[in-house]
Order: sequence, then C-alpha cells, then structure tokens
Amino acid sequence: MEKREFNIIAETGIHARPATLLVQAASKFNSDINLEYKGKSVNLKSIMGVMSLGVGQGADVSISAEGADEADAIAAIEDTMKKEGLSD
Amino acid sequence: MTKSLKGIAASDGIATAKAYLLVQPDLSFSQTSIQDPEKEIDRLHKALSQSNDELQIIRDKAAKSLGEEEAQVFDAHMMILADPEFAGAIENKIKDDKINAEGALKSVSDMFIATFEAMTDNAYMQERAADIRDVTKRILAHLLGRVLPNPALIDEEVILVAHDLTPSDTAQLDKNFVKAFVTDIGGRTAHSAIMARSLEIPAIVGTDSITTSVEAGEMVTVNGLTGEVTIDPSEAQIAQAQADADAFAKQKAEWQLLKTAASVTADGKHFDVAANIGTPKDLDGVLANGAEGIGLYRTEFLYMDSAELPTEDDQFEAYKKVLETMNPKPVVVRTMDIGGDKHLPYLPLPDEQNPFLGYRAIRISLDRQDIFRTQLRALLRASAFGNLRIMFPMIATIQEFEAAKKVFLEEKDNLVKAGVKVSDSIQLGIMIEIPAAAVLADQFAKHVDFFSIGTNDLIQYTMAADRGNDRVSYLYQPYNPSILRLIKHVIDSAHKEGKWAGMCGEAAGDPIMVPLLLGLGLDEYSMSATSVLRVRSLMKKLSTADMAEMAEKALNDSISNDENKALVEKYTAAK
Repeated sequence: MEKREFNIIAETGIHARPATLLVQAASKFNSDINLEYKGKSVNLKSIMGVMSLGVGQGADVSISAEGADEADAIAAIEDTMKKEGLSD
Repeated sequence: MTKSLKGIAASDGIATAKAYLLVQPDLSFSQTSIQDPEKEIDRLHKALSQSNDELQIIRDKAAKSLGEEEAQVFDAHMMILADPEFAGAIENKIKDDKINAEGALKSVSDMFIATFEAMTDNAYMQERAADIRDVTKRILAHLLGRVLPNPALIDEEVILVAHDLTPSDTAQLDKNFVKAFVTDIGGRTAHSAIMARSLEIPAIVGTDSITTSVEAGEMVTVNGLTGEVTIDPSEAQIAQAQADADAFAKQKAEWQLLKTAASVTADGKHFDVAANIGTPKDLDGVLANGAEGIGLYRTEFLYMDSAELPTEDDQFEAYKKVLETMNPKPVVVRTMDIGGDKHLPYLPLPDEQNPFLGYRAIRISLDRQDIFRTQLRALLRASAFGNLRIMFPMIATIQEFEAAKKVFLEEKDNLVKAGVKVSDSIQLGIMIEIPAAAVLADQFAKHVDFFSIGTNDLIQYTMAADRGNDRVSYLYQPYNPSILRLIKHVIDSAHKEGKWAGMCGEAAGDPIMVPLLLGLGLDEYSMSATSVLRVRSLMKKLSTADMAEMAEKALNDSISNDENKALVEKYTAAK
C-alpha cells in the first residue's frame, strides 16, 4: 500500500473543479484509492464521497492506494494536487 | 377523437406533425419487494447507461447553442452517474432490502441530497444537491419507461408543445425538426413569439390548455394564421391544412415579387416599410424581405449577449456592419434599453417595486454616462459608413432629450477634434412610449428630428395595464380611440415642424393597424422582417383618401377597440 499526507492550501478547499479533477485522476487507475480526513475515509473515485467530506483550507488529509498500480496512482494524484494549487 | 383549441396566432404558417411534449412527466412509483435482485440491478445499469447517453447529447448540443459554460452543468450530472459510490449504494440497497430499483434509487439519492443540503454554509454544495435531484429524475424516468424531454433530444419532425418556452429552450430549437410550437401561456409580444417569427416557424401561444389536451406522439395541425390547433385531425382536415399551407406558400411567393418594389398605396403615395433587428445576424432576413431601411436596431443584445460591458470597438464593428450593409438606406439605432424586464448580470440594478416605471433605458444612460458615452462614440465612428439615425428610448421630458443631445454633441466634438471622420447629417430622435411625451409632441417636434412610436409600452402606460399580466391583457387595445388620438397628435405635430414620424412596435405590421396608420399619415412602418412584404402588398390595395375617411370615424365616432377593428375589416374587406 502507498500512502501520502497532504496539507490543503487552496482557499476553497477540495471542491468544485479541483475535486472533479482529483476524481478523474484517481478513476484512471485500478487500485482502490481512499481519501481520509478527520477519521472518515471515502473512495477517491466518488465525486459525491469526496465532496461530502467538506475538506477546507488548512486541512490535513491522507490518500492511500492499494493495488498493482498503486505507486503510479499516488504519483498522478500528487501531480494533480500541485498543478491545481491544492497542496504544495 | 379530433379536438380543436384556439390560441393567439403568434407566427405565420401552417404545419402538421406529431406532438413532442416539453412537459415534466409523471414520475410517481411505488416501492415494492422483489425476489430477483440481479434483475433489478440490471435494470438500474441499463437506466444509468441510457441516462448517460442522453446527457452526452444534451451536453454537446448545449455547448453549441448556449456555450461551454452552460454545458458544464451536464458534465456534473454525468460525473454523478459515473460515481461508483452512488451506483454501489443503490445496488447494496436493492440486495440488502430486497426492494425495486426505483425505491433503492430514491432512498440513496435522498440520503446524498440531505448530506449536501445540510452544508448550509456552502452554496456550492447546495447546488450539487440540485444536480443529484436532476440526475435522479432522469434515471427514474428511464426505469419507469418515461421520457424526460429536452429540446436537444428531438431528432424527427415534431410540433413542440409546452407550458411556456424559456429563452434557452428557444435557443436550442432546430428548425429542421421543430415544425411549429404551441404553448399554454404567452402573448404575441412574448419572447418565444418573437423568436418564432425570426425562425419563420408557425406558432400559437396562450391556448391555456394545450399541454393537458394532447398526448405525446398524437398528430397535431397548427395554423399560425388563425390561431387554431387541431389535435388528431381527420384525413380531410390534414388535406385541408396541406391545401392551406400550399396557398400560404403561393401567397408568400407572390409577396416575394414585391421584394424590390417601393411601398406604394393604390393612389400612388409612398411610405417607408422598414425592419426591426436585434443583431447584425438579422440582416439576412432584412435583405431577403426587401425592407426600405432599419426602423429599429435594438442595441441591448450587444449588452445582453456579453459577459461584461461591450467595448467601444466591439460596438463599432457591429454598428458599422449594419450601416455598411444597408447604405444608403437609413438605420435607426436605439440606444441601450436595459431595465424593465431586461437585466445584465454584470450591471446589477436595484430591486424595484415597478421596474417598468423605474430605472431603465435613457434614465440609466443619463446617470451612467460612462456607458452612454462609449455607445455614442461607437455610433459616431460608425456613422461615416452609412445613413445613421439615433433614437433615445423612454424619453419623458424635453430636458432629458436635451441632456442626451448635449452628451452626443460633446462626444462628436471630441472625435472631430481628434481627426476622426463622422457624419454631419445624423438625425436625433426619440421613442414615443411615455404618454407625457406623446401629449407634448408639438413642443418636442421643435427639438427632435423624428419620432418613433413604440406601441407596446405606449399602450401599457396609457392603459396602466402590465402587458405581461394575463388578467389585464384585455386592456392591450391598440385600436382604442384613446391610443389612436395620441398617435394622431404625434404624427400631426411632427408634420407641422417638417419632421417625420414612424412606428417600431409590433402594431406597425398589424393588418388592422396599418390601414388606420395610413389614414393618419404615418411616414415610416418598422416591423419584423417577415412582415415587410405582407404589409407592402396590403398597402398596394389601399387608397390614402379612403383610409383617411375611415380614420376620421375611428377617432371621433367610435368608442371602442372592437368597434374600430370591425370598422377596418369592413373598409378593407372589398380590397
């Protein structure tokens, strides 16, 4: 299993366009990918799951992937996080 | 069973086709227990995939007709369909509770909606609740074997049936498939009616009950000349409609012969028959119908079709295109008429109790001179390319006109000093919409170069009756002697000072109004381009001496709108 922590710096947190792009990035991989925030874990391939967490600015979240392509998946998600200004 | 309905004839033409109901279907269902969860899950997946296919079509068409931004809402809908948690939760519900797909869908979707709606501090999340609701409706419709209609999904010849059509519905109408439309509400001046005339498809509005009288797929005949809708017509009626349609096409062809002719009455008097436009795109229709000028260029579309105030250069290009194309024929440009029922997202106006009596048109222009001066500079620069006339809307007092004229002259002076070429013969006129201006027309005529009567507003302000309110729509009485007397005073006042008077409301193309206006001596008639040839043909049959005699009676002997309508019908019947 691959796991990485992110601190969310975007003013609006994870919703709207960045949330969509994160879900799209995760959906390209076969691994099970989860987003964990405040002890709650949701499927990162689910737009409604991600948005229902209501992740705001300054939040610490962790993303884990488990499966054959777990390393690639985490790398792609990290890339999206940076490109969209969600995390640094 | 053949049934017929009568509404308001809003756009000429006759068509027969199957009804397409743009109406929310009944999506009620009962939750039942099931034995075979796999079968329900199959049904669910089929409905999800059908919904996705539909949304893809709607999304692509919306991107083309409404723009990328409007289309994005459908992307959000498709993401919900593809959400594994959403579909997964419904599947689990079916398996665990042994209930049908409809019941499981409703229960899962209600749970998500409740979660998002609970985030009351977050407007974005609350909008997502609305998305889930919309998507759920579409999936449910497929589970129930019903159709959730959308103009983008029409791919065969139909008569569109709706309670009312929104501007975004009409923007998506494809003339190749939509042969006519019929609505429950609306009048001849409703947005949808105006769109129908510019698309040249027959339309009937204000039938009250078309949506509850016709079933999807039933044959319907629409006669946009008489306002009659026939549901499930007999073969004889279909044949008759076809014969009427042919006769109408023949008449249109005859009118077409008048395309290059001048508009002349039976006794040889010439009048100007001009067209109204909203954007340079409308010029094709103006040229195809041989209008003798543009009597009203509604510049507010430049403002409404834009995400911010249009720049001087954008405006200049649009005005130049219209002036060059029409040159040497005159083009009357009305300065920005925002307010009332027309709003700009980027120019918030205060909420008012009575927007039609509030901050609108010239009242905004004189207050927000930055906007007004930009428009006048664009017009002045374009004036070098054709025959420009400028008209100010909603003028109530001579001081307002003089204030607007002063701004115009200052901007003209600035441009001339800067070496920009501008025309020296730009006429400045006013719309006559406010009774105060009509009553004082004799004084106004000494200040302005021309008048153009806007009938819809003049009637609504004179009668004190909101033209959008069905309960008082009987007061929309263009032939009432009170209105005709105001019009006569305006025309006579213009002529006394050697000026001209025109009309640019819908009434200028009305077959009852035109004979009266000829009798009153109105100089210029500006209307939908599609009415130009019909009016030119009508004028050819009438003599001004007869019409003057008739108008005299209409003004002095008659006491009602209906009496005058009958009077004109009697006078023109023999022609």
